Amino acid sequence: MPKKFLFATAVPMLAASVAIAAGGPTAAAAKSASTAASSCSTSKLALHTAGQLTVATDDPAYPPYFEGNKPANGRGFESAVAYAVAKQLGFGTSKVKWVTEAFDSSYAPGPKSFDFDINEISITKARSQAVTFSTPYYTNPQAIIVYKNSALAHAKSLAAFKKASIGVQIGTTSLSAVDQVIKPNSQPSVFNTSNDVVEAFKIHRVDAIVVDYATALYLSSSEIKGSTIAGQFTAPGGDNWGLLMKKGSALAPCVDKALAKLRASGTLTKLTKRWMSSKVAVPVLK
Amino acid sequence: MSTQYPLTTREDRAQARRRHRRRHIAIAAVSTVVILGGLILRIVTASGWPNVRKSFFSEYWFRKAFGSVLSGFWTDVRMFLVIEVCVLALGLLIALIRTFPVPALYPVRLLATVFVDVMRGIPTILLIFLIGFSVPALNLSGVPTSAVVLGGIALAMNYSAYVSEVFRAGLMSVHPSQGSAGLALGLTPAQTLRHVIVPQAVGRVIPPLLNDFIALQKDVALVSTLGVFEAFRAAQIVADQNFNYTPLLAAAALYLCVTIPMTRFVDHLQWRTIRERGPALALGPR
Repeated sequence: MPKKFLFATAVPMLAASVAIAAGGPTAAAAKSASTAASSCSTSKLALHTAGQLTVATDDPAYPPYFEGNKPANGRGFESAVAYAVAKQLGFGTSKVKWVTEAFDSSYAPGPKSFDFDINEISITKARSQAVTFSTPYYTNPQAIIVYKNSALAHAKSLAAFKKASIGVQIGTTSLSAVDQVIKPNSQPSVFNTSNDVVEAFKIHRVDAIVVDYATALYLSSSEIKGSTIAGQFTAPGGDNWGLLMKKGSALAPCVDKALAKLRASGTLTKLTKRWMSSKVAVPVLK
Repeated sequence: MSTQYPLTTREDRAQARRRHRRRHIAIAAVSTVVILGGLILRIVTASGWPNVRKSFFSEYWFRKAFGSVLSGFWTDVRMFLVIEVCVLALGLLIALIRTFPVPALYPVRLLATVFVDVMRGIPTILLIFLIGFSVPALNLSGVPTSAVVLGGIALAMNYSAYVSEVFRAGLMSVHPSQGSAGLALGLTPAQTLRHVIVPQAVGRVIPPLLNDFIALQKDVALVSTLGVFEAFRAAQIVADQNFNYTPLLAAAALYLCVTIPMTRFVDHLQWRTIRERGPALALGPR
């Protein structure tokens, strides 16, 4: 489950939002990441380990972003995006090496053990002080999961959740969204992992959980029996996910260039549709 | 200055002692400055220091997070005060059961032994997690489901096991003649325990007992895994949201505020014992 937050930077965001929300290829309008990277030819990239692209994510890695906790199988949205970016940078499947990086340590100062980290990490201004983010590869709304038989399932507005006890994962945009948009009367219960959030919901320690929309679709359909998505809402300023790189990474301009190409060619939209799509109509709450 | 050896007069010897003492103080001072100064210099001149300073020692984030961390710490304080009382009672009870065998109570003694073995053998965080998530899943009515209560129970069980061993050591250090004396005075076995043995035993183990309490005061932070909003969790929330670790430093400072006075107090008690009785092994002239 995502470690997100939002950040209103300039054009690239829009591009991603449009690409995902509308599913349209209008994303071609995206500015290219033309930071005038001197050269993004494969042999000249500033890499963690020469000759391979080292990509990090957390363990366990969850659906729909990864499948079977095997990032290297190319299945799941983020695995697919990572391989697509790698291909643009000139690395075949066999040249992509996966390493494990816990979210908490991904932003520690000092050398990084990866070229980029893909772990549903939201781009924010404050976070950009510590690391360099790529342009967004996904924009995600927030969603509230409740039990079908609870009164909250028919809530007409976010105000209905003020009195609810809400479970949410630490370090996520969902947490900020709860604090800033729902503003519950009591402190939300904050857990270490998304599994703990789900578990707390299953044992009714909390009435509702807030996760990003894509995760909510997966959880409510396959993970939590008798649950439903009460509604979706927008995190303050939006929620854009970026690839995390070390502060001032020389690779960043090339990664942005690769993402721009994926956006322009419609690949990003295609991958989003394939792994993150839903046929369920979910009400938008305010 | 030249000294005439051998030192014949008392005045000479006193002077020599003063000289030695001055030299010791000077050497200690220089050595402290060189070693600590060198260490600090080595750290602040490291190339990564500016980054570490920004990530871990930011005044801005310290101020920003402090209020929230402090309100979380209040939960910690209330928790450990209540848990400590429970631990004292349960620990003493287990110690008594294990130290003074009563044939009819054999099954209880067996249970107490198993309890201590198991509780000491399981990592505290695991125990909290198991109890905190499994008990509510039973769906039993009348059983607490609150994270604070269940986490507190887990900690109380864990620490009772340790503390019972401390008490047991104390009880076993009381010489058997004390018990005989009590009985000879016409006290019942229970009265002998209550008025002769337990007071002596407890008095002797107060320092190691407080030592366990210091450990407990920090371990309450582990209850955050169940979703409890306490100091460490409050700090982690701000840290993960903004990619800056300084809030954790604020939490550490608060824990120190209660643990350091406690450690000083334990030290003081131990010195007092030594002053009263003399050290177990006297070295050098006294």
